[in-house]
Amino acid sequence: MFVFLLNRLWQSVILLIIVSIIGFTILNMIPGGPLSQYALDPGMTAADLERLKEQMGLNRPLPIQYLDWAWRMAGGDWGTSYRDGQPVTAVIGRHIFATLILMGSSMAISMALGTWIGIRGATHRYSIFDYTATVGAMVALSIPTFWFGLVGIYIFSLQLGWLPAGNMYTIGNETVLGYLQHLILPSLVLSLVHVAVWSRYMRTATLDVINQEFVRTARAKGVPEKRVLMKHVVGNALLPMITLAGMQLPQLLGGALVTETVFTWPGMGRLFLDSLGYSDYPVVMGLLMLSAILTLLGNLIADIVVSMVDPRIRLS
Amino acid sequence: MTDKTMKALTRRGALGLLGSAGAALMAPNLLGKPAFAQTKGAPSGRIIVGLVQEPTVFNPLMVKIEVDDGVHFSLFDALFRFTPEGELVPNLATEVPSQANGGISEDGKEWRVKLRDNVKWHDGKPFTAEDVKFTLELIVNPKFRAWRTAGHSLVRDIKIVSPTEITWKMEKPFSPYLSFLTETFIIPKHAFDGVADPNSAPFNQSPIGTGAFKWDRRVAGDRVELVAHADYHGEGPFLKQLVFKYIPDTTVHYTQFRSGDIDLLGRMYITPDNYKDAKTLPDRIIQLQPAPSIESIALNLERPQFKDLAVRQALYAAIDKAAIIDAIYYGVPDSVESYVPRSSYYYYDGLPRHEYSPDKANELLDKAGWKRGRGGIREKNGVRLSFKNSTTSGNHLREQMQQFVQQMLQQVGVEMTIENMPAAVMWGDFWMQSRFDTAVVGITYLIGSDPDVTNRFHSKSITAQGGAGSNNVQLKNARVDELLEQGTALFDPKQRKVIYDEVQQIVRNELPFLPLFAENYIHGRKKGINGFKPNGNTRTESWNAAQWYWAS
Repeated sequence: MFVFLLNRLWQSVILLIIVSIIGFTILNMIPGGPLSQYALDPGMTAADLERLKEQMGLNRPLPIQYLDWAWRMAGGDWGTSYRDGQPVTAVIGRHIFATLILMGSSMAISMALGTWIGIRGATHRYSIFDYTATVGAMVALSIPTFWFGLVGIYIFSLQLGWLPAGNMYTIGNETVLGYLQHLILPSLVLSLVHVAVWSRYMRTATLDVINQEFVRTARAKGVPEKRVLMKHVVGNALLPMITLAGMQLPQLLGGALVTETVFTWPGMGRLFLDSLGYSDYPVVMGLLMLSAILTLLGNLIADIVVSMVDPRIRLS
Repeated sequence: MTDKTMKALTRRGALGLLGSAGAALMAPNLLGKPAFAQTKGAPSGRIIVGLVQEPTVFNPLMVKIEVDDGVHFSLFDALFRFTPEGELVPNLATEVPSQANGGISEDGKEWRVKLRDNVKWHDGKPFTAEDVKFTLELIVNPKFRAWRTAGHSLVRDIKIVSPTEITWKMEKPFSPYLSFLTETFIIPKHAFDGVADPNSAPFNQSPIGTGAFKWDRRVAGDRVELVAHADYHGEGPFLKQLVFKYIPDTTVHYTQFRSGDIDLLGRMYITPDNYKDAKTLPDRIIQLQPAPSIESIALNLERPQFKDLAVRQALYAAIDKAAIIDAIYYGVPDSVESYVPRSSYYYYDGLPRHEYSPDKANELLDKAGWKRGRGGIREKNGVRLSFKNSTTSGNHLREQMQQFVQQMLQQVGVEMTIENMPAAVMWGDFWMQSRFDTAVVGITYLIGSDPDVTNRFHSKSITAQGGAGSNNVQLKNARVDELLEQGTALFDPKQRKVIYDEVQQIVRNELPFLPLFAENYIHGRKKGINGFKPNGNTRTESWNAAQWYWAS
């Protein structure tokens, strides 16, 4: 176990360095840069822009800029946002809660619902339920979330007036109930897609297991069908899902760009898009590194959990 | 001026259409509805302003964008302010200095500004001339990430005569500085005591001003909350709370205005495609306001095709501006001839009006010797009348307009190809170094509402020819140069108006760009909001939030 972790650690460090170099290079290759938003300001002269470039250290050679950034990063300094002058960690910290609530609730809904639909679809293959679920999943996957969100707002907020048309809470009324009321629509809209994905995976995984010899043996032994399903089939079908769930960890914190835009949810997805739009390099790099770290962490956790659940798998 | 102003106001008044009662689609959000104040009185109630960009800069002297201005105007005061009619009025100063009242010396180099003595910062400390000096010095501090330094860099020798009087010298007479000072918010010296790096001062995140509203808090990515400053030196505030809410998408922005979640639409207001719908909303007031930005087709005068004035005149005559405005822009913008917005005191109304006439265009080109060659495209001395037109890709209305213009020009034997690019590429070196043939562009020509356009039209402002400035069309006109140099040395608005009227006439005749229209901002607010007054001489709708109040 210890050797395994150590190996993983140095592999991860190398991977992170590669990711950061690629990210940094691509980011700086995008034409424009952090100062281009001021270029059309009538009073900003070329001299003003040049002065700002100098002050922000943007006129140094790229490798120097990278090394400077990487050195600080290694020391725990994630840099300062160009856009609002705050430390990157503080900027991220202020957006992470909103995303955690939205993604957490939506994933809880979609995993529970998706797993159930998947299993039922597999056990009742080619039934009306299965067909409905299949078609439903295709529809949910093909219709853009943006559209779903706007239609949801139109029906439930503008027409029926049951739910608020976005935002995390009503200004001046920050109660738990208020939060929950605002959470319903975005988390349901976001779940639609995730339920679809999750149920398709689960259906396939269940079908893989359900036709295996050991299932037939269990049934032949006279084990009750319910027990066969819960213990033998679902137990084994869930194994690949654990890995999949591990890979969802970065998404959990990465945020949902489209949903957060439609529902004006101040989360990480919005932060990423805004920071990219303003070429706020420190924040974009911070988010990139965070999601890279989370991806590695998610995989690691999934591997450990699988080895604990499945005695056939050892970690070394 | 009164005449013009009155005219502009009635026109605007006529355009400001009340939302008529229609099918009630509204689902009023009952939670958190603001308490309504009956009249102007003790501060009460709340207004939520929706913005499609997030205000993130709260030190008003640091490099910033328009949406930040709304917050700054509410938190801070400048020495002077522009009224919507384009008149300069004192704010933290007691009078606007001029050569007549002795505030500015005869040679225009020595300035004296008298300050109010009853002004308090939000933390209770008195405002004095020290703060003005500190502000002006911080802007030119080479370590400070300042916004505009134009004008400020000419200031020398700042002296405090008394807590309510300050003097300085200018390196040369520069009248636009008065206007620039309306956008220079004064910040407190004491907030920077012991601060090593002004770029990361605590003040920048929890600002202290003299304005009608005090800083309360910011929820990053979501909103900024301000509360009434009871000791405000001017009239108001009448609201207890002012909130700037960030809504990252124009469609959602409008939806939340319909649903009632926001009370007043800030930048980018209502998009033209929603204008018709907006006018049918019950309990909403929809109002048009000319924007300072002028949409035009900029011509690169160094291209051989455009050296001939007849070509530029023919291109202008060949374009059906009215059809563009009505068919593509929903009839919202106003056709213009000048680069000066109508809200400015310096707007010149006597320019020749555009006439759409393909016949005249053909005639002009024939006369100038541009003959139809292969493919029906005109040419002269080996130069084909063919060029590229560029703008930001993804701007659908502009793209439609380009195609429309392309067809109209084809009819008079001119070939225009469309080559659009992402904003960062388009407005980078391609634009700044004049590498375009023609470009569709919206430009605010006046800096801080001053009529000086040296930066746009003086021959020394051509970056592509080694100059410093934004004369991207590469206009070179000796008379314009001369007028612009005279204009910045004059302080009397009447004398200056004569100068800039002539500049507008020359630019209209020379056609370095084909003026199309002035955008109109479509403002929207809930019916109970009073005191709202758009001001084309500022960059924000929230310039006078101190005067806003609810009436039931």
